[in-house]
Amino acid sequence: MSGMASDHLSGGFQNKELEEQGAIKADKVRLSRQDYIQRAAVLLAVLFLFVALILPLGTMPIKSLQNAEGDFIGLANFASYISNPALFQSVLNSLQIALISTGVVLTLAFLFAYGLTRTCMPGKKTLRALTLLPLFAPSLLPAISLIYLLGNQGIFKEVLMGASVYGPIGIVIGMCFWVFPHVLMIMVTALSNSDARLYEAAQVMKASPLRTFFTVTLPSAKYGLISAGFVAFTLVITDFGVPKVIGGDFKVLATDIYKQVVGQQNFQMGAVVSVILLLPAVFSFAADRLVQKKQVAMLSARAVPYIPKPNPVKDNLFLAICLLVVSAILLVIGTAAYASFVSFWPYNMELSLQHYDFESVGSSWDYYFNSIEMAVWVALIGTGIVFFNAYLVEKGRAFEPVRNLLHLMAMIPMAVPGMVLGLAYIFFFNQPDNPLNFIYATMAILVLNSVVHFYTVCHLTSVTALKQIDGEFESVSASLKIPFYVTFWRITLPVSLPAVLEISVYLFVNAMTTVSAVIFIYSSDTMLASISVLNMDEAGNTASAAGMGVLILLTCLTVKGLHWLLSQQILGLTQGWRNR
Amino acid sequence: MNLTKSFKTATAGLVGVMALMSANVQAATELKVYTALESEQLRPYAKAFNQQYPDIKIKWVRDSTGIVTAKLLAEKNNPQADVIWGLAATSLLVLKDQDMLQPYAPKGLEKLSPKFRDKAATPSWVGMDAWMASLCFNTIEAKKLGLPKPTSWEDLTKPVYRGHVVMPNPASSGTGFLDVSSWLQLFGEDKGWDYMDRLHNNIARYTHSGSKPCKLAAAGEAPIGISFAYRGASLKEKGAPLDVIYPQEGLGWDMGAASIVKGTNNLDAAQKLMDFAVSKEANKLYSKSFAVVAYPGVAQPIPHFPVDAERLMMNNDFEWSASNRKQILSTWQSRYDSKSEPK
Repeated sequence: MSGMASDHLSGGFQNKELEEQGAIKADKVRLSRQDYIQRAAVLLAVLFLFVALILPLGTMPIKSLQNAEGDFIGLANFASYISNPALFQSVLNSLQIALISTGVVLTLAFLFAYGLTRTCMPGKKTLRALTLLPLFAPSLLPAISLIYLLGNQGIFKEVLMGASVYGPIGIVIGMCFWVFPHVLMIMVTALSNSDARLYEAAQVMKASPLRTFFTVTLPSAKYGLISAGFVAFTLVITDFGVPKVIGGDFKVLATDIYKQVVGQQNFQMGAVVSVILLLPAVFSFAADRLVQKKQVAMLSARAVPYIPKPNPVKDNLFLAICLLVVSAILLVIGTAAYASFVSFWPYNMELSLQHYDFESVGSSWDYYFNSIEMAVWVALIGTGIVFFNAYLVEKGRAFEPVRNLLHLMAMIPMAVPGMVLGLAYIFFFNQPDNPLNFIYATMAILVLNSVVHFYTVCHLTSVTALKQIDGEFESVSASLKIPFYVTFWRITLPVSLPAVLEISVYLFVNAMTTVSAVIFIYSSDTMLASISVLNMDEAGNTASAAGMGVLILLTCLTVKGLHWLLSQQILGLTQGWRNR
Repeated sequence: MNLTKSFKTATAGLVGVMALMSANVQAATELKVYTALESEQLRPYAKAFNQQYPDIKIKWVRDSTGIVTAKLLAEKNNPQADVIWGLAATSLLVLKDQDMLQPYAPKGLEKLSPKFRDKAATPSWVGMDAWMASLCFNTIEAKKLGLPKPTSWEDLTKPVYRGHVVMPNPASSGTGFLDVSSWLQLFGEDKGWDYMDRLHNNIARYTHSGSKPCKLAAAGEAPIGISFAYRGASLKEKGAPLDVIYPQEGLGWDMGAASIVKGTNNLDAAQKLMDFAVSKEANKLYSKSFAVVAYPGVAQPIPHFPVDAERLMMNNDFEWSASNRKQILSTWQSRYDSKSEPK
């Protein structure tokens, strides 16, 4: 990805060095001091990911081969896992849930994306915006909402015709809701990149719409579809919130880790399940990378963007489909919000604020403020680290192999399920002889963990933004002997501000809503709102759990709103050059 | 260079912030207290304690009985807790066996009824209160489903209740464990497991926490929850259509207890907390949620509690329960764990 740009740059740099041989000596010293600083920065960046990601993950396979006393026992843990039919059943259950959910969500998201990109239906922007809602709440929230919608006292329980929502049905519905926006984003991109000339050709050749769909539309969106499939599959198989709340007695891998580690303090077996859970995630990640590489040449420079023509039947049909999906999303979120105000579902439907008195059920508003504190730190520190590291990868001139390594490391967190990362943090940071042991059970470890957990998407966003900036800036700065960090501060950062803001909001929202990794490393002082949603549901205080979930949602929406307002302002100030 | 400087300052600031966030601000003595108390009890208990000892700050680590026990056992070689306040006596007996408790005779120990303390002269643990099994029966849902009101444990195995009973998982929940250990004692081991086999057919799911079955019953998600009396009574107080039922064969019960963890660095503060835990004032707090407490004469009737609790409380052999705990749980898990909710 960054290969070409960096080849060019480092090549240029070497030439420059050759040119400057024999130039004034003081200047040369100055340049190499720059070089040293940059090398140091690159090494520091690699060290950061090495300590915060690679080393902790490395403890996982080791622990899975040990017994409780820490002696090496080979594959005995794996053998006992597989020989336990109840545990092995989880593997099958997880695969089953992941396949069904992926199928359903791909179909829905494809229809929705098709409506957005290939029809002239009205209200596209609003519909699109509403589909993003699930991103702003923990995955626990849709599951809680399903209890009120389809549980034994649910509003629409008849829909299930006597089947129980607790189990695969609930998990699949909850997952589809939660995964939908992720998949939709990829689908929309995939369907946007298509060549109108192919459709003209199809029309000229009098191909039927159906034939056009199968020979033009689907093949051109093929890679997007595959990619979306992998993303959905990975998200479903690694999510823990939905099955925890609505899974009933239906066991899956993600809840098994939790059960082994928190429920039975069996860390070794937790490591075993983690290693097993890593396999499908890593596999689908690798497959996705492979597919991505192939797609590069799909869209030629001569392609003409497809612009849909009005077609009342088609437009209205897709509008109906999209409205249906959006209504379902609003229904799920609305129900959770409503239920949090109902005094005593289903026997006293009067509205009250009593469930927001979190203290009365052993939770606390403090947890909510802890979450905000953590999310702010993650957004500030995370954005700084990720963007600067991405700058080093993309615009740096020193240590090319090391920079490539940095890029590679930055891709890893995407493939690591949150629970696995969280457990790895216990193993690594809770060793008494680890010099970093002092951050264990503090806010700092939560921040560090979350920055690493959500690293990849931010890194990719940064790299994309940085690629848009001409490499000449660095070359010119270098010839003018301006240190790279000045160029970074004066040019790169302001120009990339939209991306930087986007990253910080992404980090904030994810830090607010995440459960999976932090569940293992919070302490009594750093209890978070999302975890307390889980705990309150576990203790049967479902309405308060819904209330806290809704608070998280509102907070994230507010931040997103502020981001929108702010970016309007800043775009005016720093991005004027784009539309000269 | 100005920018170099500000860049350096920023970096230094960042490092400083990370260090600050990780530093423990230690003004007063902090006691790490492990507990399985109901979460709404934590604040009032700590508050009452701080009225007498304002310099000692309690940091709670709360989870269900089985989890706290497992956590304590897992941390045996590097104990994190200073004090245990509000954990089942059967669990404390297990910890005592592992030599993990620090014996101490709190001030005022002699005033407790003798049943509520470790028999040793300097006891390893002291009791607080007793909580007992009971059924939460949702009268509205039962009427809709045409379910008769159960009056005994045996009733729960009748086919009419299939899929309508929820009970706590004994591995995680102290209430679940006292149910299982009481059936094994009441019916004898073979008949006890046979009873659970039949009961298992009717169980909709096993929950993580001991109060959740009652909350599910209160919300109508399941008509019958096997839980404990206080939870049923408090939910009824809030308006849930519940009957709290004591099955007639006898009630399993367990004792809430407190102890100092061996190896604590805050022994002095820990002893003060133990002094408080046996005081009359603390027992008055316990009596708000428990019909039977350690300090004689303090207990008072609790609204919606059936009255004959003490008569029905079985003669519980804690030593037997504790020494067989591991065995009982592993048998239980291998037989029934497939219906258990995560954790």
